[in-house]
Amino acid sequence: MTAPASSTKVRGETILSVDNLVKHFPISQGVLFQRQIGAVKAVDGVSFELRRGETLGVVGESGCGKSTLARLLMRLETPTSGRATLEGKDLFKASGAELRRLRRNMQMVMQDPYTSLNPRMTVGDIIGEPFEIHRDAAPKGSRDRRVQELLDVVGLNPEHINRYPHQFSGGQRQRIGIARALALRPEVIVCDEPVSALDVSIQAQVINLLEQLQDEFGLSYIFIAHDLSVVRHIADRVAVMYLGRIVEIGTEDEIYERATHPYTQALLSAVPVPDPEVRDQRNMIRLVGDVPSPADPPSGCHFRTRCWKAQDICAVEDPQTVPRAADPHPSACHFAELRPATP
Amino acid sequence: MTHSTVQPTPASATPEGGHLLELRDLHVEFRTNEGVARVINGVSYHLDAGETLAVLGESGSGKSVTAQAIMGILDTPPAVVRSGQILYQGQDLLTRSEEQRRQVRGKEIAMIFQDALSALNPVFPVGWQIGETLRQRAGMSRADARRRAIELMDLVKIPGAAKRIGDYPHQFSGGMRQRVMIAMALALDPKVLIADEPTTALDVTVQAQIMDLLADLRRDLNMAMILITHDLGVVAGVADRIAVMYAGRIVEHADVRSLYKAPAHPYTKGLLESIPRMDVRGQELSTIKGLPPNLMRIPSGCPFHPRCPYVQQVCVDVVPHDLVLGDGRTSECHFAQEVRDDSAR
Repeated sequence: MTAPASSTKVRGETILSVDNLVKHFPISQGVLFQRQIGAVKAVDGVSFELRRGETLGVVGESGCGKSTLARLLMRLETPTSGRATLEGKDLFKASGAELRRLRRNMQMVMQDPYTSLNPRMTVGDIIGEPFEIHRDAAPKGSRDRRVQELLDVVGLNPEHINRYPHQFSGGQRQRIGIARALALRPEVIVCDEPVSALDVSIQAQVINLLEQLQDEFGLSYIFIAHDLSVVRHIADRVAVMYLGRIVEIGTEDEIYERATHPYTQALLSAVPVPDPEVRDQRNMIRLVGDVPSPADPPSGCHFRTRCWKAQDICAVEDPQTVPRAADPHPSACHFAELRPATP
Repeated sequence: MTHSTVQPTPASATPEGGHLLELRDLHVEFRTNEGVARVINGVSYHLDAGETLAVLGESGSGKSVTAQAIMGILDTPPAVVRSGQILYQGQDLLTRSEEQRRQVRGKEIAMIFQDALSALNPVFPVGWQIGETLRQRAGMSRADARRRAIELMDLVKIPGAAKRIGDYPHQFSGGMRQRVMIAMALALDPKVLIADEPTTALDVTVQAQIMDLLADLRRDLNMAMILITHDLGVVAGVADRIAVMYAGRIVEHADVRSLYKAPAHPYTKGLLESIPRMDVRGQELSTIKGLPPNLMRIPSGCPFHPRCPYVQQVCVDVVPHDLVLGDGRTSECHFAQEVRDDSAR
């Protein structure tokens, strides 16, 4: 497979820029005369930049809005407000032919390899379907050859082009999903929990494949996951989300070694480490309670109801995600500080 | 912890020298239209009072089926227990009548399931569901069952238990639902608790809460626990011993520390190396090549041989039997010694 034309472009320049993105889902009441009684604030003011060739990990617990963020970026949902630009072009204003061009540049790998492939289509049809929409991407006569190339790239047997999804295992299906995402030679791929449905031994194979494809084609990934170990392995930078907001963002080192937000610190300390000796020396922060409902988030800092540092100011003033004195990466906490060193 | 109402069971229930629960060479198969899937192929393990055994394996390794066989809740057909023994306090459960097994279920051995939402009945309040066991099995009156249900909800640390007893499952969060499940399992004061992937559906911060709760309860109530999981990280925190399953066999059995320090089966070694570690940042993850076998066509000899880096001709020809490595460790590998020495390096 030939590398996309973009490989000549500069690595490290901003390719996707998201500014104050908001998505509120209305909650309505009444049968005939529906009226809005509230809103689920799934994504509530998210800003970040994605650079060419990098992987931005997005972590957070269920309900924090990370999947809605992915759907917004793919324009599967319309944002309530906010802006996003892909290579300088406005994602949410584009329509018609321009939108098609933009979409071609940004593809998605879904979480569940069992439901994200149509069981009645052959693998060849699934991976080749993007060419039906973007007819100029591969001329009709060469499509099968292209699909076979793609199968080969993701480590599947090109001869299996006429098989159906049920004839493949979970890990192989996820490879089919990745091949489909690669078909139009995008520059950005949004991966929404791409390995969480897979067994450990298969998970490593898919992670390695994603990394190898990134090197080969200069891809940029937005890698959404709840597994912090996986994200640390694959991401260059990491954004931590809580109730629709990014509470801390920084390089992999800044987040994992020098986190200043209490939620990040608690999240990291709760990750089970597969080594009893390390575990004994760890100092776990135990959060109490559950994540509040995004329909009715706490005032001020969303995390204050579970935070051990919470003061009066936290209920009143919403902390901004800005660089803090403790460490120069952005963190949304009034009392941002490094955790006392733990082994 | 406050749990004055639940008395620890005396450990003397176990006959002299025997184990509380022991599986001997259990074979289970599923007979389907497509053929016979050999799901459990000679599983033996034991559990003593007050200890935690982790059964680790990937999907299809037979870890949950083993638990269902102990509980006597296998779907038969298609499942058939072909041979083997399940000894509880020295008595073989498999030879007992359904009515006798019912007496064991819940009262002696209880189980909690992975998905609390689908395990709870959505149309009854949780208090009623916890109390159902008490009314049916312990013959309590409705008022007594309700009182006891509140105590149990307190025991599993559901805040405001007395107020929430009339709430329905959908009004609880995932973590709280799992606590309700645990309360139900504890209702009849079992001696063995089987936890089948109790935290898989939960977020990491909630997962830590539930694992802590289980460890506390196990200690305070002096239960024995079988923890079934696929997560090597979860196991490291709570288990005393680990049994690793692959293709319906226990391929390695060891105490937690030695297993993590130096796995003696290539499958365990591969698993440990293939998980990304948060505290160790490596370049490329090592992987186990290939796929788990189709249980209708288990490879000859050692079932792991097509994926094994140590494979030799003997692995294709001869089924390895437990190689005893000392310290109570066993490994079903022809080259166990070698693998362990490699891992320790």
